[in-house]
Amino acid sequence: MTLRRKWEEKFFHGLSAIVTLLIVLVLVHLVWTIIAKGASSLSWKVVSEPPNGSFYFTGEGGGFLNAIAGSFYLAVSAVILSFLVSLPVALFLNIYLIKVPRLLTACRFFLDVLWGIPSIVYGAFGFLILMYLGYRNSLGAGIITVATLISPIMIRSMDEVLKTIPIGLQEASYALGSTKTETAFKIFFKQAFPGLATAVLLAFGRGIGDAASVLFTAGFTDLVPHSLGDPTATLPLFIFYQLSSPSESVQNLAYAASIVLTLIILVVSITARLLKPKR
Amino acid sequence: MPSTLVNMQQKNITVESIAATVPVVEIDKLNVYSKGSHILKNVSTVIPKNKITVLLGPSGCGKTTLLKCLNRLTDLYPDLKVNGSIRIDGEDIFDSRKDITAIRQKMGLLLQRPYPLPMSIYDNIAYGLKLKGIRSKKIISEKVEKHLKEVALWEEVKDRLKTSAQRLSIGQQQRLCLARGLAVEPEIILADEPSSALDPISSRVIEEEFIRLKSDYTIILVTHILRQAKRLADNVIFMYYGEIIESGPAEEIFENPQSEILKEYLHVGH
Ligand SMILES: Nc1ncnc2c1ncn2[C@@H]1O[C@H](COP(=O)(O)OP(=O)(O)O)[C@@H](O)[C@H]1O
Ligand SMILES: [Mg+2]
Repeated sequence: MTLRRKWEEKFFHGLSAIVTLLIVLVLVHLVWTIIAKGASSLSWKVVSEPPNGSFYFTGEGGGFLNAIAGSFYLAVSAVILSFLVSLPVALFLNIYLIKVPRLLTACRFFLDVLWGIPSIVYGAFGFLILMYLGYRNSLGAGIITVATLISPIMIRSMDEVLKTIPIGLQEASYALGSTKTETAFKIFFKQAFPGLATAVLLAFGRGIGDAASVLFTAGFTDLVPHSLGDPTATLPLFIFYQLSSPSESVQNLAYAASIVLTLIILVVSITARLLKPKR
Repeated sequence: MPSTLVNMQQKNITVESIAATVPVVEIDKLNVYSKGSHILKNVSTVIPKNKITVLLGPSGCGKTTLLKCLNRLTDLYPDLKVNGSIRIDGEDIFDSRKDITAIRQKMGLLLQRPYPLPMSIYDNIAYGLKLKGIRSKKIISEKVEKHLKEVALWEEVKDRLKTSAQRLSIGQQQRLCLARGLAVEPEIILADEPSSALDPISSRVIEEEFIRLKSDYTIILVTHILRQAKRLADNVIFMYYGEIIESGPAEEIFENPQSEILKEYLHVGH
């Protein structure tokens, strides 16, 4: 019996070590591949200029500033829009709905389902609404679609943070005569602030890296957008289109853009990690 | 609170005995249920003004629940069903037309563990004042100083009033929570085993503070520490399994217990 348990322990310890190692190797390989293929094409020029002339045929002539700027405009605006919805919803769940535990559980389940829906479905949904309204592909449409995509993520991440606020702090707040709204915005918000910021960054990372939701809604263009009605390029779609080129020098630009996108997400993730409250 | 009346009460026995008959809190047939269990069973009692009333009893007998009924913190727990009546200064607190925040502001609450608000030491005290509509910086600053001095915390924190209250030690936090509660000028102080998480020094400060405060406030103190009850209590309510077994003046309860359960409890507690 004890011998069996000993072997069991050894076996699963070994198994988890091997699996962990495999995952790390895959990650290292992935990062190595995009660096090996993209680093030579990465230059100040490609990140600071929009494409011009023969860019898409030879990989020469300008860069992909259109995609970098487009992605930033889109993701930042979508995050702001989503935040304005997500914070009140997450606070509502934890301040009002805790009195109705069944409804709360149902809401959380529903949001988890929304979180799990593939982004192409959000893209198709956004596209339908666009057609219905008679608008064309645009930055504005992309922002709304991406905001819809990341809202369940932001709400549930905020919700998980707010859930950890001790009941004693709520009691202290109400005992002093706070209303529910004051408890929400003055106590919960401050107490959970680092975690809420993490939730926002998580959602930003998801939003800036997603291709499928902007495929039908934001369009693609060589220009940096100047208004919400303009179509806009994005990094994920730029990578997608460049990779489908037969020319290797054009493909390598996709890898250069991958490096840029990975760096952005790396910075966001590290910041999120640093903000996470210890304990 | 007219302090002249308070002074009169202390000097004049007859006035005091009249004051003692004026209950601040009247609890009538209070029942609390949770899913399968009956937590408070037909609790009826009165709590007199300007006294320390101790709720005494073993863990799990419903002391915390009774205390939380008084300022309706039970509203926060969806499982708890409360019925019966509680009157504070003659006002029915379960009356849905009454402003619950105003009722809660009549009571300062001290929990088993301190929960400072996520803001600076200064703002912890200013918070409740602002809720009461006090805007003047000068008045707020004066009150912050006054109440921090009252709980013997001023000297320790006067140079770092703007730093986070959550970085204070547990004992300092608990004293801050007391100051925060006092600043809103409640009539009643509800304290749920307030010294159970504290070092002996902080817990002495809190006890001394209670004795000093009772001339101005009605104090309801939950404790399961018999010695603390003996040091502080004017009146004792002894509870067991959700029921009030005995209640009365402290000397009577401690010197001349009637029920077997209380005798046993006092005996084991020694
Ligand atoms: N929110 C709640 N939901 C369900 N049961 C509770 C709740 N709060 C307290 N109880 C139960 O009520 C009983 C009394 O608890 P409590 O008032 O905390 O006792 P005490 O403070 O005297 O130790 C305990 O059996 C406890 O499990
Ligand atoms: Mg208790």
